[in-house]
Amino acid sequence: MIYLDNAATTLVKPPQVIDAVVRAMTSMGNAARGAHTGALEASRTIYGARVKLAELFCCPRPDHVVFAANATEALNMALSGLLNPGDHVISTDWEHNSVLRPLYRLEAERGIALSFVPADRLGRLDDSMFETLMRPSTKAVVCAHASNLTGNVLDLRRVGETARRHGALFLVDAAQTAGSLPVDMEAMDIDVLCFTGHKGLMGPQGTGGLCIRPGVELRPWKVGGSGVHSYDRNQPQSYPTRLEAGTLNGHGIAGLSAALDFILETGVEAIEQRERQLMERFYSGVAAIDGVSVYGEFSQKRRAAIVALNLRDWDSAAVSDELSQTYSIATRPGAHCAPRMHRALGTEDQGAVRFSFSWFNTEEEIDAAVRAVQTLAEE
Amino acid sequence: MREKRPALIVTFPTTAAAMEAERFCLAQGIPGRVIPVPREITAGCGLAWKAPPEAEAQMTEALGAAGLTWSDMRVLLV
Repeated sequence: MIYLDNAATTLVKPPQVIDAVVRAMTSMGNAARGAHTGALEASRTIYGARVKLAELFCCPRPDHVVFAANATEALNMALSGLLNPGDHVISTDWEHNSVLRPLYRLEAERGIALSFVPADRLGRLDDSMFETLMRPSTKAVVCAHASNLTGNVLDLRRVGETARRHGALFLVDAAQTAGSLPVDMEAMDIDVLCFTGHKGLMGPQGTGGLCIRPGVELRPWKVGGSGVHSYDRNQPQSYPTRLEAGTLNGHGIAGLSAALDFILETGVEAIEQRERQLMERFYSGVAAIDGVSVYGEFSQKRRAAIVALNLRDWDSAAVSDELSQTYSIATRPGAHCAPRMHRALGTEDQGAVRFSFSWFNTEEEIDAAVRAVQTLAEE
Repeated sequence: MREKRPALIVTFPTTAAAMEAERFCLAQGIPGRVIPVPREITAGCGLAWKAPPEAEAQMTEALGAAGLTWSDMRVLLV
């Protein structure tokens, strides 16, 4: 199989990730539950992962790196923990349902007000709209670093500066960019960064979390066992324990920690460059094929390694299935949990076929995918 | 059970803080190890750093200089 669905999850992981999970499953106890050898190994492993994530994202404190099951859970924790009745939130048409649905629920249940920076027919956002949409009640700006459909990237420095100038919190969904593009919480004025561990970070599924700027106070959305202060009726208030009730996915986090070693040693810039080369090779191969429509902007200096396209007016699901069955090429059709973006692009009915690339793809795989699209387009 | 001896016990608000302190102490060559929190400090649970009593001044200065967080530090019979 040629795996080109890395925006959904990276299937090929560094071998040390698998080794770390196996080792953890044969040696780790429960983190923060006791001081025997196995429990301490788990606590040390998880703390080590916090340190590496803080380094990768320039989070000021490792104890403000909080683990969750995925980016969706992290975003729910952040939004539910920060927003109150009467708050206004600015978001964008690029958002995944992991942002949209929590916002819509909070709109219905807490009466928060929502504004969205619109995407144009080419999927572009007008950065100046963040300024235009600001209100005195704006509590937060919440946006994806990159569209999971087009791969286009938001200028986080500019948006973060706008949010800071208006006294609004800046929450970023880095699900599509963590590990693949540089993310600097301090330089970008990010207050809460939500990430998943199984995409660009190349770790196991079931890992993710949020990095919180010191001074940003989130209410816990779940409470329970913490391994400390057991006789207190309330959840301990110190991070990360405040938001981590229950046993963590220690085995998965051990794998994520090994993946972080790989990323920090390889360098995010090197990964970005490699993935961009593969993406551009594919784009230049398919863009001019008669009958192919490619979505998004490709003149951006920086973008996620994603190319979404359609063949004529064919159902994207049928095209993706043909790629899978005839060419053993894995892609993602349909709506990609990005309803506002598909509406903006005019692809609500057809969907799109998303090709997404990783460090571990090869030029031969890209060329095979181009040939497959060419052949299908000629049918 | 072993005979109880005086020891410096340092407790922390979170497991992450205990792990941060352990990593720091090992790197700095500060003696001690992580143990379960003795009941004299709290009947709850959690992790503490156990060190020789004479390490108190060194611990206080080093943890403070590094900006590390701890909840309690005292000498106990453990």
